[in-house]
Amino acid sequence: MSLIKSSLARKYVMALSGLFLVTFLILHVTINLASVFSPDFFNEASHFMGYNPIVQFLMQPILIAGVIVHFVMGFVLEIQNKKARNVGYVKYKGSANAPWVSRNMIYSGLVILAFLALHFYDFWIHEMAYKYVEANPEDPTRYYHETVEKFAPFWRTILYVVSFVLLSLHLWHGFASSFQSMGANNKYTVGFTKFAKIFAVVVPLAFAFIALYHHLNPITH
Amino acid sequence: MKLYLKIWRQKDASTPGKIVDYTLDGVEGDMSFLEMLDILNEELVSKGEEPVEFDHDCREGICGTCSLQINGEPHGPDRLVTTCQLHMRKFNDGDTIVIEPFRATAFPVIKDLIVDRSAFDRIQQAGGYISVNTSGNTIDANSIPINKHAADEAMDAATCIGCGACVAACKNASAMLFTSAKVSQFALLPQGQVEATERVQNMVRQMDLEGFGNCTNTGACEVECPKGISLTNIARMNREYLSATLKG
Repeated sequence: MSLIKSSLARKYVMALSGLFLVTFLILHVTINLASVFSPDFFNEASHFMGYNPIVQFLMQPILIAGVIVHFVMGFVLEIQNKKARNVGYVKYKGSANAPWVSRNMIYSGLVILAFLALHFYDFWIHEMAYKYVEANPEDPTRYYHETVEKFAPFWRTILYVVSFVLLSLHLWHGFASSFQSMGANNKYTVGFTKFAKIFAVVVPLAFAFIALYHHLNPITH
Repeated sequence: MKLYLKIWRQKDASTPGKIVDYTLDGVEGDMSFLEMLDILNEELVSKGEEPVEFDHDCREGICGTCSLQINGEPHGPDRLVTTCQLHMRKFNDGDTIVIEPFRATAFPVIKDLIVDRSAFDRIQQAGGYISVNTSGNTIDANSIPINKHAADEAMDAATCIGCGACVAACKNASAMLFTSAKVSQFALLPQGQVEATERVQNMVRQMDLEGFGNCTNTGACEVECPKGISLTNIARMNREYLSATLKG
């Protein structure tokens, strides 16, 4: 019971849900990269993810729960942290002792949350409607051209790319600090932090590359 | 040098405070920051005005009594020093210096620049000790072999003077660096391990009860700590707490 109420437990929840979402990003970016290098594999993988009952009815709800837990706990922490300083400083020089990204996780998180709303609207709601509302037959070849067509409008591509920049900033602090939150700070920490920072740049960069690639290489009929 | 001071004045805990402007001439680089405030106070007293109240004691950087948020940083712009060890040579003629009390809901202002940091005492009382009989039958500490690395790390944690700069610097007013230093200094030593489970749970519970914020690993506390207390202590406390809670 003490674990549920404590400030440290909230750190564990943020760290573990964040790490879970990081593992999901690895899967997501891997499948998405296939849309650039192998449309057939992309179609095959997307169809599998879209119709496999374990993915659909077990992994997908767990993923959505992970996202909800992460951002709800982020809001709870932010509210508590604001209460912890009821009178602010006239002059507060945060830049003197901590990087911008670490002090503004709530803002990068809010942008990512807004992006998720757009992303769900673009792909997930469309997919649910296709399968369960319109009850269309299975079509294992539709995913590639549907994805590429999504990135035809310039505004959507730009929104996605900007969101990936914010995702990078969020990961830059969040991924590395998740292990500190779980109590890991030892001889492996330096190497792990380097890996986390590389991950924070490479993965969002790959997502941005995919969006821009499809915008610049539309399907011509 | 001539300085333009913007100082937080507040009559008492229940009266709203405000920034008051003062101009102070004749400040020398070899003066400490507190000596500069002493001179200001002498001028104020000679004019029949109430002096600026601020905390101080040893003025040697070891007691943790002095505080002050100076130009947006606890203990001012210098590193690894307390306000009493900050010298005016760090400032230039004509500078404007904003001086405020440490800000945290758990550190209410008593008067002017003095805040009540007894929340730290209560965290310490919740578990920052070992239960040994000190009435003449204590065993010599050196009779227990202790790994040199562990002894050094425990000593490093024990150098925390409890000044509250970590709370003042943290954007969340978190007391994790202080609490973790006090947990670590015992957790690393065999004498402290007997009560380790209860200690970390009780101290974290008290820290939460006092209304400090949550740690978001910005590292501001470590940078501003006048004693260089490391973030590794926070990781150690996170480990200790997780392990203690899982044990039940």
